Amino acid sequence: MPSDDQAFPSVVTDAMRARIGVDGVPAEFEVTTSSVRAFARAVGYEDRVFYNRDEARRRGHRDLPAPPGYLGSIVFDPSWPDTIWGRPEGFLPRMDTPYAQILNGGNDVEYFDEEICAGDLLTASAKIEGFNERYSSALGGPMLIQVTSITYKNQHGTVVAVMRNTSLSYGEKKES
Amino acid sequence: MGEQVYFEDVEVDASIPDLEKRPSTLQLALWAAGSGDFYQIHYDKDFAIAAGLDGIIVHGALKHAFLGEVVHRWIAPGGRIKRLACSYRGMDLPDRRLTQRGRVVKKHQEGGHNIVELEIWSENEQGEPTTPGTAVVTLPSRSSG
Repeated sequence: MPSDDQAFPSVVTDAMRARIGVDGVPAEFEVTTSSVRAFARAVGYEDRVFYNRDEARRRGHRDLPAPPGYLGSIVFDPSWPDTIWGRPEGFLPRMDTPYAQILNGGNDVEYFDEEICAGDLLTASAKIEGFNERYSSALGGPMLIQVTSITYKNQHGTVVAVMRNTSLSYGEKKES
Repeated sequence: MGEQVYFEDVEVDASIPDLEKRPSTLQLALWAAGSGDFYQIHYDKDFAIAAGLDGIIVHGALKHAFLGEVVHRWIAPGGRIKRLACSYRGMDLPDRRLTQRGRVVKKHQEGGHNIVELEIWSENEQGEPTTPGTAVVTLPSRSSG
């Protein structure tokens, strides 16, 4: 429902609403020593706990711990068409909106008791939590706000993390 | 990494040490590989401009990870992050200073855990908080180690 003075028609369809709360196709994410190091290096960590197994074990971890925000690397299959994220078809339901652009609006990661370490194989399943629509003065038009949650379980079936992502869709599609 | 911070020593409203970053395009490429996010607006200038942006922008999730690092540096080695959240309110460009900051907003004990809640944010060169967020951590206690 538009909540701004700037009136605009809703783009949320019944088909989109029907997808709220429905689990998508699950995908596997591997946590390996190399992938933990690659993530830690990309962020710029200097703490050796993310690079050196002896240091990680000395500090009470099973193996290299996953740095904050790292939830494994996709176990890719070349038959999947998603070239950006390499995720299986149906991991997130495809939403047919009239908007051309999409931006990441926010990330919220919640962790539980069991730590994520190198050697873990996580299974993640995504679902849409809801939609909201607002006029954005920053983007100069209406935007669709979609909240998605992804639940990550480890190889023992224990939930280790839940990530909530907010995505913002906006902008007119150009005539092709 | 400094000395361990203990729950007893934490004061509400206290700041945690800042963490300065200046993400280069090289760092964005490392991030694409490390995170698995290969969206072209983060490394292809023509693509970014065609998408209506001024140029390549820093990945939101990289700023989330920078905020994770500023919190990690404060709580390591004995603390743990329970929740790390942020919103992307403003875009950040490569090769600009980005400062990660944090402030304690609450501390309490619950179910045997020593919980500290923080307000965290990334700030651009103009001092604008482009990436405000919150963190929840557990810290060791001086009495129970």
